[in-house]
Amino acid sequence: MVLRLGIDVGGTNTDAVILRDREVLAGVKSSTTEDVMSGISNALEAVIEKAGVERDAIDVTMIGTTHFTNAVIERRALDPVAAIRLGLPATACLPPMVDWPEDLVEMVGGHRYLVRGGYEFDGREIAALDEDEITRIAKDIADKGIKAAAISSVFSPINQDMELRARDLLREVCPDLPVVLSSEIGRIGLLERESAAIMNASLLSLSDQTVEAFGNALKGAGLTCPFFVTQNDGTLMAADMVRRFPVLTFASGPTNSMRGAAFLTGVKEAIVIDIGGTTTDVGALQHGFPRQAATVVDVGGVRTNFRMPDVFSVGLGGGTMIAGTADNLQIGPKSVGYRLTTDALVFGGETLTTTDIAVRAGMAEIGDASKVADIDPALVEAARQGIADMLEMAVERSRISPDPIPVIAVGGGSILAPDHIGDLEVLRPENFAVANAVGAAIAQISGEVDRIFALDGTSREECLAAAEKEANDAAIAAGAKADTLTVIEREDVPLAYLPGNATRIHLKVVGEMGDVHA
Amino acid sequence: MRDLKDQCWVLTEEDIDALEIGSGILGTGGGGNPYIGKLRARQALREGYELKVLPLNAIADEAMVVPLGGIGAPLVSFERLKEGREGLRCLRSLEERLGFKADAVACEEIGGQNSMEPLITGAFAGLPVVDGDGMGRAFPEMQMTTYSIYGHRSTPSVMCDPHGNAVAFENAITEKWHETMARACVIAQGGASVLASAPMSGAYVKRYSIPHTYTQAIGLGRAVMDARKTHSDPIAAICEREGGQHIFSGKINDLKRHFKGGFNVGVASIEGLDSYRGSIGQITIQNEYLMFERDGQMVTCVPDLVVVLDLDTGLPITTEILRYGQRIAVLALPCHELLRTPQALDVVGPACFGFPDVIYKPLAEAA
Repeated sequence: MVLRLGIDVGGTNTDAVILRDREVLAGVKSSTTEDVMSGISNALEAVIEKAGVERDAIDVTMIGTTHFTNAVIERRALDPVAAIRLGLPATACLPPMVDWPEDLVEMVGGHRYLVRGGYEFDGREIAALDEDEITRIAKDIADKGIKAAAISSVFSPINQDMELRARDLLREVCPDLPVVLSSEIGRIGLLERESAAIMNASLLSLSDQTVEAFGNALKGAGLTCPFFVTQNDGTLMAADMVRRFPVLTFASGPTNSMRGAAFLTGVKEAIVIDIGGTTTDVGALQHGFPRQAATVVDVGGVRTNFRMPDVFSVGLGGGTMIAGTADNLQIGPKSVGYRLTTDALVFGGETLTTTDIAVRAGMAEIGDASKVADIDPALVEAARQGIADMLEMAVERSRISPDPIPVIAVGGGSILAPDHIGDLEVLRPENFAVANAVGAAIAQISGEVDRIFALDGTSREECLAAAEKEANDAAIAAGAKADTLTVIEREDVPLAYLPGNATRIHLKVVGEMGDVHA
Repeated sequence: MRDLKDQCWVLTEEDIDALEIGSGILGTGGGGNPYIGKLRARQALREGYELKVLPLNAIADEAMVVPLGGIGAPLVSFERLKEGREGLRCLRSLEERLGFKADAVACEEIGGQNSMEPLITGAFAGLPVVDGDGMGRAFPEMQMTTYSIYGHRSTPSVMCDPHGNAVAFENAITEKWHETMARACVIAQGGASVLASAPMSGAYVKRYSIPHTYTQAIGLGRAVMDARKTHSDPIAAICEREGGQHIFSGKINDLKRHFKGGFNVGVASIEGLDSYRGSIGQITIQNEYLMFERDGQMVTCVPDLVVVLDLDTGLPITTEILRYGQRIAVLALPCHELLRTPQALDVVGPACFGFPDVIYKPLAEAA
């Protein structure tokens, strides 16, 4: 029997759940506080009390957080970074951070260094690494007091040797300098991978403090178990990994709610609609994991190639305002947002919202139903139809196969969802309101490979097997139990115009966390 | 060719943003993503260089115009970024070998990322780019330009990589041989190079380039940007500008892809939406979108343009990000007359893409 505590720290709410094996013992929602940590403490106290468990019986804690994404978006607590690229004479046309918003470049100091080095697609060196130049840069870093370094080398996802060598050389001069390697973070696509490495380096102090503070909040609540943080792919990082790779937590929120939805229903192929107060996030589950976006994703104005869930948002939530008449109805885009509990009609307010429609239509019992008894049935019908149409359109966009898979409705606003969306059945799990904390609590450990393999001299199957072994090793090193590992993504894409049957293989495995009593 | 400056259109950053969208649309799903090229063009602009487009009618008959563009694998161009002056080195090397001074550069391919390279090279060389190109869209191979189709011998040519290596092709016995040799060489140079071909005369360029395609691509991009700003329909705006037709709206319900002879090939099946409900569309893909059929009937095929746009934003969708469930609009845009002659169809007609039985019927321009 394992007791897990899951926490999701969102912009508005901090949710917490306690699971005993696969059973949800208790779930609570509480407000996110300005300092974040006291909000966590409040949620912790409430959920422990509600579940009635002993604090020292809790085996492990998992935290989902938007802290680091928000730091980038709000441009706060970012360190100056030395951005070092190995690639000259290639790549000289576009320096690091060339497509960043100016204010963000200023925040991280705009320290850019281009150095001879890097690899061609087939593994040849573009140039030998200019080691003297790295040493000169190290002295510059020391002189200027730059807090961290990010090293990116051309085609480092194929060969990271030069990035490693450059890091060692920097450390000879600056022994305590935190150094981030692009090959540890991103995939092919130099600018995006480099940007991710630089952002990660700029967040290292904040991640240090945050991990510390999370630890203190848990300790303050009398918890002594280890804790983990969820990544954007729905898997876990140990606290020490978060200290090193805070960017990997970006966009973990939608992932957690989708993983939670899969867990609460036991359905692994579905569309998940997470209906909040203002917006609805819609995404597809494949094998119980969110389908990933194929294109680049923008974080705080910077293009990155993180693996992010492919989520589509529509402006529809429990607080969405309704205006007009049955013949000429306007649903949203305005919302009363967090003022729902004072402004909506059922709560004695004066604004007609989607929640009022749901109560009037008998879809939910919230607030005072008598306050909405007078609403014209034609208007109610028109509004229900309008809501259903919006949800159907969003669900259709996210469908990844013509199979009639179910829709899982989670989030506080899921009372708005009809019983069917188009031809798909809607499932409403218990504990739907805290699905994202559940998603955090059940997160697994992953290992991933994404790079170019040359098929010449070997077969496709041999390359895939080699990639799987590499991914398994990575997962085990990150703490997964070897006998629980399964492949959840396996994709090989032949590359046009390249010789040697060059094929890009992307493979990912996940497994259960190892001994939680560590 | 003296004192061209007054007649040139000097591009702004907004023009480049618009060109990114417009050349993406004309790329018909291929030609690579113009994003990196846009950043380079913007960088050149911010460093004080001028990106200039010269109207076709302003070129003297005896002017020397050098066509150039990137060659290689799009994936390499996203990872091993260019040194930046590959194109300039090609141009200078060619001038030196052949003993001439270029008056302008020309674009080989307006569709996709190759729209940007001539502008950037021209800026560094102080030369304008003529307002036209050799394809009016994107095609996968070099011999598929109108320059080559109508008799220009593209060798001697020079290909440069970021290291400073230069390869000169002295004499290709056919244009297809030039393509084959260049393709072999670009691998040795790391998979993404720039190639400048033998100069054309101003008279030839005026006669045989697809005219006004920079104006067209930038105008297209601006139309999409304006439509998005004013919340009007970008798809209608594109059709209106191009004499094109909105031939289908739907949702992709099946996507088959594989790899054949160096190309990404595939078929996308689309279930009709809105006024196309009940119909099934099908797009044949080979690096670019080649053909569109509705309920088994051929509607439009190469060399006319099959354009796939996101139904809501009007932004172009390239073949590699196409996927199940996307809601798309399919547009047919008429290609230029120069691509419709028997001579052109021998090089860029459906048979050249492995469809010998498909008879090309020119798309009528919408009224």
